[in-house]
Amino acid sequence: MSQVPADLRYAKSHEWARTLPDGRIEVGITDHAQHALGDLVFVDVPQLGTSLEIGGACAVVESVKAASDVYSPVAGTVVEVNESLSGSPELINEDCYGKGWLYRVQPASASGLDALLDAGAYSAVLAAEGG
Amino acid sequence: MNQILEKSIFEYSRSGRSATVQQPPGADVDSAVATIPAALRRRQAPMLPEVSELDAVRHFTRLSQLNFSIDTNFYPLGSCTMKYNPKACNQYAMLPEFLARHPLAPDSQGQGFLSCMFELQEMLKEVTGMKAVSLNPMAGAHGEFAGVAMIRAYHRARGDLARNEIIVPEAAHGTNPATATMCGCIVKEIPVDAQGDVDLDALAKAVGPNTAGIMLTNPSTLGVFERKIEQVAKLVHGAGGLLYYDGANLNAILGKVRPGDMGFDVIHMNLHKTFSTPHGGGGPGAGAVGVSARLEPFLPVPIVGRDGDQYRWLSEADRPQSIGRLSAFMGNAGVLLRAYIYMRMLGREGMSRVGEYATLNANYVMARLRQAGFDLAYPERRASHEFIVTMKRQAKELNVTAMDIAKRLLDYGFHAPTTYFPLLVPECLLIEPTETESRETLDAFVEAMTIILGEAQADASTLKTAPHTMPVRRLDDVRAAKQLDLTWKPVNSAA
Amino acid sequence: MPFIPHTEQDVREMLATIGAPSIDALFDEIPASLRIQGLDGIPEGLSEMEIGRLMSERARLDGRPLSFIGAGAYEHHIPSAVWAITTRGEFYSAYTPYQAEASQGTLQLIYEYQTMISSLTGMEVSNASLYDGGSAVAEAALMAVRAHRKSKSLRVLVPSTVNPNYRRVAISTAGNQGLRFETVAYRREDGCIDREALAAFAGEDIAALVIQQPNFFGQLEDVDTLTDWAHEQGMLVIAVVNPTSLALLKPPGEWGKTGADICVGEGQPLGVPLSSGGPYFGFMTTRMEYVRSMPGRIVGRTVDLDGKPGYTLTLQAREQHIRRGKATSNICTNQGLLMTAATIYMTLIGPQGLAKVAAASMQRSSELVEALTQVKGVRAAFNGPRFHEAVLLLDRAAAAVLRELEAQGILGGFDLSADYPELGSALLVCATETKTAGDLARYAAALGAAVQKVRAA
Repeated sequence: MSQVPADLRYAKSHEWARTLPDGRIEVGITDHAQHALGDLVFVDVPQLGTSLEIGGACAVVESVKAASDVYSPVAGTVVEVNESLSGSPELINEDCYGKGWLYRVQPASASGLDALLDAGAYSAVLAAEGG
Repeated sequence: MNQILEKSIFEYSRSGRSATVQQPPGADVDSAVATIPAALRRRQAPMLPEVSELDAVRHFTRLSQLNFSIDTNFYPLGSCTMKYNPKACNQYAMLPEFLARHPLAPDSQGQGFLSCMFELQEMLKEVTGMKAVSLNPMAGAHGEFAGVAMIRAYHRARGDLARNEIIVPEAAHGTNPATATMCGCIVKEIPVDAQGDVDLDALAKAVGPNTAGIMLTNPSTLGVFERKIEQVAKLVHGAGGLLYYDGANLNAILGKVRPGDMGFDVIHMNLHKTFSTPHGGGGPGAGAVGVSARLEPFLPVPIVGRDGDQYRWLSEADRPQSIGRLSAFMGNAGVLLRAYIYMRMLGREGMSRVGEYATLNANYVMARLRQAGFDLAYPERRASHEFIVTMKRQAKELNVTAMDIAKRLLDYGFHAPTTYFPLLVPECLLIEPTETESRETLDAFVEAMTIILGEAQADASTLKTAPHTMPVRRLDDVRAAKQLDLTWKPVNSAA
Repeated sequence: MPFIPHTEQDVREMLATIGAPSIDALFDEIPASLRIQGLDGIPEGLSEMEIGRLMSERARLDGRPLSFIGAGAYEHHIPSAVWAITTRGEFYSAYTPYQAEASQGTLQLIYEYQTMISSLTGMEVSNASLYDGGSAVAEAALMAVRAHRKSKSLRVLVPSTVNPNYRRVAISTAGNQGLRFETVAYRREDGCIDREALAAFAGEDIAALVIQQPNFFGQLEDVDTLTDWAHEQGMLVIAVVNPTSLALLKPPGEWGKTGADICVGEGQPLGVPLSSGGPYFGFMTTRMEYVRSMPGRIVGRTVDLDGKPGYTLTLQAREQHIRRGKATSNICTNQGLLMTAATIYMTLIGPQGLAKVAAASMQRSSELVEALTQVKGVRAAFNGPRFHEAVLLLDRAAAAVLRELEAQGILGGFDLSADYPELGSALLVCATETKTAGDLARYAAALGAAVQKVRAA
């Protein structure tokens, strides 16, 4: 079974989001997603300053068998990206909810994560997908 | 197979050694360089090997011995039609006059070559039931591109600008959606039903005023004939769309059914499959396209035409609505010559037997593998020229995957079938024997499969760690993609 | 039946195993109304002896004229070993090396090819080849648009000194995805890109500039200045080069301050026969930072389970069979056999040999221009340094002169009047190392006679 931490919010397309103490939002892909992809070999993170829309393709995660787009679960401006992924994409496999975060945004509106799924709802999505 | 690895050609290289007999006599490099402005000169020689002719011949011959090939092994490779490539096709396509002919030489200096191309166009029209053919595209995917580009051009020419959706069944080759995207179209995937036919209800919902066309392979990639093809054609045509035939599986029906008669408007043919031109370790292919009358004006140029007893290239001036040129000259001419020679040797009688014997061989292997305990993806259906075995049960019960079977087959001297395609069927092996294989070869393959199944039941680790007799064992793909090593570097180089 | 080995007994027994009464019964899922009864339009089959005779007759019709046509396809000496090895069944009849363990020969050869082409072009990485030079230019334009990090522009500048057929292929291939190709004029003095015409695009949002070196006229462009200008404008630089010329000319990786970004070209001069236009192969090299935007197959070196070195296709996640509608391209071919020939060619010719081929071609070409411009009414169109081709201006219609030459067994060059009407009657001529002093003299004499005859007509 995939891990679905209770304190995060999720998108159906298997991204997670976390509000940081300073109001910025951190984004990554879920345990289910990293497991489905297998060993990651490359991560293409968005450029700093890019403004993202909800559901817009903003990053690519690539394994030997697949390259998948990451769709931004939040709208906002990219203020920080996880530089260590360029040399160590395996961080996503090892710690997708921690060291394997992808990027951080300054959210466009305060209501940021309300539209996303909570852990229970996302677990139901996974169950429905057979995962 | 040779199991001794061959070192890099650069490791044979010695400064100052060369095959001097290959070099032009009397060339004066210094005085040529003197005519080049200093800023435009090369400063450091390229890193090409410096070896003797014998070193080179041995190195590349040894490399060849590390390969499987049709000439040495059976390739039951679904969707790829790995039939025998007759030697005559190569020898007579490489006659000195053909090799020396410049692509821009006038038509008057190529009547022999052009007559072959014209007759090839005519023969391809006959076997596909299409109205006109262009030989220009250089591979299957290139032919697909031409086909979808023609569909778009057709709608545009009628002012039907909204039609930009291409419908693709989910079992289609990956090239189909990739091609539609390259043509600026939006891809709409539709499901197939439990028996492998297109889901007509889903199709009816998918078609509409934005439908440019549908891309179909028939027999489909599932190894079965699309039985509802006439209804599919009616639905798509009724909605104003066109039908595209992916010729990947044309071998299955050659001489039995023609795409033109099924209602298709445009088709590409993989001459490197159905018409036996070599795969060459990944190319060149040739992806001739055929069209119905309404698409003829849009065919890619050049096309060979005939005025009286003279043959000539038709170009943009003759075909102002053409989608244009897809290659700098006129496609893979040498490949086309090989296909021409093959078709002439087969002739009327031989050509109409291709589909029959390809189908006979596929159904025979399918029946025998079923008897041996393998599960079929579509047990109720006839095989076309290929069929699917699914290892889903063995994956669960024995922890062996389709990939393990594929790798173990290499140890028995058989190339692996196509694995993990179509994506729709879990743990699948897509098996296509082709008509050129003898019953004894097919039996030997079935026997190897049977032994492997026994090994899986006895000790799966033999399979999990296969192959055992190849020059290398399974390779670390993750390392290959992460620590990219794409060029040879001298051992003591700083990089 | 040709190439079908079944005996009647085989067929009987195989049908019994299947449980079908006849071969025809295997097609019973196909609606009867669709089935055909024969292929009347196909001629009777031929034995190998008969096809051999037929093809020899056809080949004879093509003749063996003395050719001075280049324009993107060049006659060079091809060592005998090149095709003797390339047509070995183990290369010729092998499949794409997806089963790496059973394809180490092809894979290692591609890796060696990637090494040679990268070094020749001065770039970091190469793919395993594309269809031909024209389609490589189209793929390079698509790649530049995809790889450009700062611009979303779909505009690409393609000067008129780039092979007109490459420009046509780029438009028919990439136009459907919204790419716009805009031309830039050339200077009448030296046949090179007009810097003033180029300057008109300064400050605009454009994805890439294409620079062909030597250009279609055979003239040498000032690649350093052009590259730096394009980079200052935020454009990527796509170099289109002749691989033979790179033995002597600065490789694209060293153009300007930082080098070109993508390099492509027609690989035919490297051991591939002219063969009426194909099969050839296109090569493509780039910077490591763009490798994931590059279309086509790529081979990497890695290790197997035992730690033994081996080769495999890598970065396949970019390709159509995995990424489907989002792939970098729909391409699933590399011109494997031609790339094999080119690798063997580069090995046999070596760095000194390639330099000699390039030098001898330049010298023959320059002697040819010297000899032909002695003919009254014939002059060189452009000043400035050239590689192995040149544009000649005639005071009579080129087509008529070419017809006269053809009657004497000479193909005198490529008539430029359709593509460059502003030049008037102009001929692009080429000589490589394969031409002898006698060949050049024969052409010069024939041209004198031909021009005179046309003038008299």
